Amino acid sequence: MSARVKWLVIALVSLLALGTTAGAGVYAWVQYQARQNAPSQAQTVAPTDWARGDRIVFRNTASGQGYGLVASVPLDDPTGARAVTGIACDRVDATETEISCLRSERGITPTYNARIFDNTGTQLQEWPLPGVPSRTRFSPDGSLVASTSFVTGHAYASLGFSTSTAIRKTSDGSSFGNLEDWKLYIGGKVSAPLDRNFWGVTFVDDNTFYATVGMTTIGVTYLVKGDIKAKTLTSVLKTVECPSLSPDGTRIAFKRVVSGAGPTVHWTPAIYDIATKKVTVLDIETRSVDDQIEWLDDDTLLYGVPNSSPGDSDIWELKADGKTKPSIFIHHAWSPAVVQQ
Amino acid sequence: MYISFTNKPKQQSATPDADAAAPRTPGGNARRGVRSVSAAVFSFGIVSMLTDISSESITAVLPLYVTAYLGLSTIAYGFIDGLYQGVSAVVRIAGGYTSDRLDQPKWVAFVGYAVAAVARVGLLFVTGFGALVAVLTADRIGKGIRTAPRDAVITASSRSDNLGTSFGVHRTLDNIGAAVGPLIAFIILLLIPNGYSTIFVASLAFAVIGVTILGLFVPNVRTREPLMKPKDAAASTPRAPRPKFDWGVITARPMRRVLAAAGILGLLTIGDGFVYLVLQARSDFAAQWFPLLYVGTNIAFLALAIPLGRLSDRIGRARVFVFGHAGLLAAYVVAALPIADIAATVMCLAFLGAFYAATDGVLAALAAQLTTPETHGTGIAAAQTVVAVTRFLSATGFGILWYALGRETSMWIVSGLLVVAIPLIALLLRPYLAARGREEAA
Repeated sequence: MSARVKWLVIALVSLLALGTTAGAGVYAWVQYQARQNAPSQAQTVAPTDWARGDRIVFRNTASGQGYGLVASVPLDDPTGARAVTGIACDRVDATETEISCLRSERGITPTYNARIFDNTGTQLQEWPLPGVPSRTRFSPDGSLVASTSFVTGHAYASLGFSTSTAIRKTSDGSSFGNLEDWKLYIGGKVSAPLDRNFWGVTFVDDNTFYATVGMTTIGVTYLVKGDIKAKTLTSVLKTVECPSLSPDGTRIAFKRVVSGAGPTVHWTPAIYDIATKKVTVLDIETRSVDDQIEWLDDDTLLYGVPNSSPGDSDIWELKADGKTKPSIFIHHAWSPAVVQQ
Repeated sequence: MYISFTNKPKQQSATPDADAAAPRTPGGNARRGVRSVSAAVFSFGIVSMLTDISSESITAVLPLYVTAYLGLSTIAYGFIDGLYQGVSAVVRIAGGYTSDRLDQPKWVAFVGYAVAAVARVGLLFVTGFGALVAVLTADRIGKGIRTAPRDAVITASSRSDNLGTSFGVHRTLDNIGAAVGPLIAFIILLLIPNGYSTIFVASLAFAVIGVTILGLFVPNVRTREPLMKPKDAAASTPRAPRPKFDWGVITARPMRRVLAAAGILGLLTIGDGFVYLVLQARSDFAAQWFPLLYVGTNIAFLALAIPLGRLSDRIGRARVFVFGHAGLLAAYVVAALPIADIAATVMCLAFLGAFYAATDGVLAALAAQLTTPETHGTGIAAAQTVVAVTRFLSATGFGILWYALGRETSMWIVSGLLVVAIPLIALLLRPYLAARGREEAA
């Protein structure tokens, strides 16, 4: 092959390859614009009184206008029209007066951050996260907020699976420090501080909380009870992830690994009764559930499950007795937070 | 940088031994020809750059894609991440050995690049996590196959007195790709939110262009003397005798020492992730830019790869390799010192980048220098595998130390060990420290 032919071939290949890319990009952009400008797939109302009354606050994943924004529906009409705000979040929790919002910011260099908003959309606090947002929860009175993100980036494989969980004061954003530096008791003994990760905080009050600790090398997880003042964590139960305390404070809903590991892992919702120490695995839910469960009321669990279109999900409800099949609670929604006055 | 557009290495003006023995006048002497690298090295650099754009554009958005778009767990992401590292080390030696046995480094490398490119096609149709893992595994296998034969081609198209420079040029181009890839991906995401399919198409496009350039423009540099080919290709003709491949070269004293040195130093290379974590724990600046600290390291790496490669040609590859670990030491110390400002972070990244620039390509050059042309691929692969495996062990061990003794203390311990190790390794490699030419491997 002569030099000229070679250059011709490479020019053609490059043109074809980059042309296809440009074409695909333009197509995707047009699709995106069309989707963005289309009326929302879900019924919406003006956001003027979105924060009034008992409500479910969530991330709206209905395609069309308002995708990815915080929205709310009345507690007594979850399938009704949703009021969509202007706040974009990947993960959200809400109290009567404030919103905790974890978000990945697109940009030449993507960044991740946590923000606290009031109901008018005014930003009160902001701090950076070291990676993709995962979980956030307020304490019952809203004075503390916990956030979990994954420590991600590039060439960090040596770290393996790593999370960063912090508890902060809502008022000034100050942190109580890295949970990994606190004293951890497993089965009553001080645990050698090996590679441990924490995720999924749920508060009891302003000093006590539950969370997951994962021992990365041995692949075991525990439910731990944390004491903020004493900076201690004490194991309660094995094989528990993403705890969530029931409104009456008697039970903890969580996800439990029932089979598989790594990419084949299967989580099933389960409930731990704190008084009787009895665990009920709700295997009437046959799909794998990867979310921090939210209690709708003392008998009903809510959690998000991705649906068939990428970037979209639905919030499902499951009775805590494990006797009724799960059903869709809110279509095209993610990260539910129940707000009751 | 002057690029010579010939594909064959120029005739050596002097034998390595004579060259090494000749008194060196500062400046003038070293300038002779050292600045030029062959077109093969340059075009292979371009191939690597395009391939790196292709793979890094995906790697950069992978955590977001898996978690935010596919809605999968990040535990799954951690799994992919680990898989990513493990797979390529395993096939690397096989790639180097095959390339040596067949004496077809270019085409063995080509297979590696092609496998990775074909895997990209799969990404366009991927729906589930299992498929994603399969595609990424194929991608890493491709990387494992191609690395050693690629470095063998670079070696064969360089002179023994500009080998370090050649690797420097290659690694610079490679790292430009590693910096541009994520940028392209993020720009696409900025313009088209959730535009992952466009990123995959772009990734495939760059991979295809890279493979095409490799096929058309990189010469198939044979490392050995041409063999007598049987005139009659009929089936009855006995096969040509297999070219001599001598494992002894890999296990002989010079290589053994280099492998030991690389292994010991590898055990003290704890992984950038930990250094970044130390920075992040103290500095708000580092915390905010945590997901992008590696870009800073990459930039320092690409800026310094050529100067340090050239330096290694002048003062000896083993010397630059060993003392390059002073950069690592400096990075540890800066990270461990209680300084919280931006300057500490920037300095730390610059030192890390300098460390990679002084060791990555230079180790390949050193391994090439100590092996015979018939065993370059395997020798380079052996050195790189030793480094990969010991670094992995080091990261695991350091993880334990980290949680047992705390961040700063562990950092000081590793720094202390490195202070002791660097001079000892220099002593171990003393016979080869200053050698610049190709050693006779006995």
